Amino acid sequence: MPDLGKYATEVMASYAVSLVLIVALVAVSVWRARSAKAALDAVEARIKRNG
Amino acid sequence: MASVWEYANPKKFIETTDRILPWVAGLAVVTLVGGLIWGFFFTPADYRQGSTVKIIYLHVPSALMAINAWLMMLVASLIWIVRRHHVSALAARAAAPVGAVMTVIALVTGAIWGQPMWGTWWAWDPRLTSFLILFLFYLGYIALWQAIENDDTAADLTSVLCLVGSVFAVLSRYAVNFWNQGLHQGASLSMDKEQNVADVFWYPLIVCMAGFVLLFVALVFLRTQTEIRARRMRALLARERLS
Repeated sequence: MPDLGKYATEVMASYAVSLVLIVALVAVSVWRARSAKAALDAVEARIKRNG
Repeated sequence: MASVWEYANPKKFIETTDRILPWVAGLAVVTLVGGLIWGFFFTPADYRQGSTVKIIYLHVPSALMAINAWLMMLVASLIWIVRRHHVSALAARAAAPVGAVMTVIALVTGAIWGQPMWGTWWAWDPRLTSFLILFLFYLGYIALWQAIENDDTAADLTSVLCLVGSVFAVLSRYAVNFWNQGLHQGASLSMDKEQNVADVFWYPLIVCMAGFVLLFVALVFLRTQTEIRARRMRALLARERLS
């Protein structure tokens, strides 16, 4: 761990907030992509089945 | 040679981005994690700013993407207005939340950095203020898409909003040069060797910026696919209700 001196709180807070936001953005994007694909597949399969 | 407009076909867009996405995403992770580790662990403290200089690896790339995401949305909106390609409108819609998050990161890291350096979290400085307005435009743009049921009408109105908001995207980049006042310094990056940040900070910063660009591209590909699928599902359900 590097010596961050008297600004350790500021530096760590910047990294923590940014990484949480980036990870949350990626997680939500992946989750939405999977659910949209699953929902569309289900609708297409139902329409195909019912003619 | 294939025309670029082929990718305006939703099926072709999904097929192509499905092939590219794992590579872009993998490269984004490698460059972003590598750049941040390099910047955080292996660069020295600045002689004036101390260790707060390490915030540059998040603040500058996120601010860069906050502005460029809006410019990408502007190009996509213009394509929608001129050529009526649905994929371009949906790509603009997909990019907006990514740009909004980048703007939040730039604002938050800027405030945290500003406190010890300027003695205040916030000042109504030209660049900070135009950046805050840009963030409000992002929120308005996302809300407008959500508020309008008809996709084409939503795309038309959000495209106009995007054109108006572009003024603030440009302002937030050049505000310091226009007004030459306020707390925020000029551009951290410059072709002028004297003005540019020192090489020891510059190289990891370049890697971090590449990581943020790649992350943005990967997320926009993924989210555009999601928007295309959601739009197709709405169309199928509407057709089913009518029959």
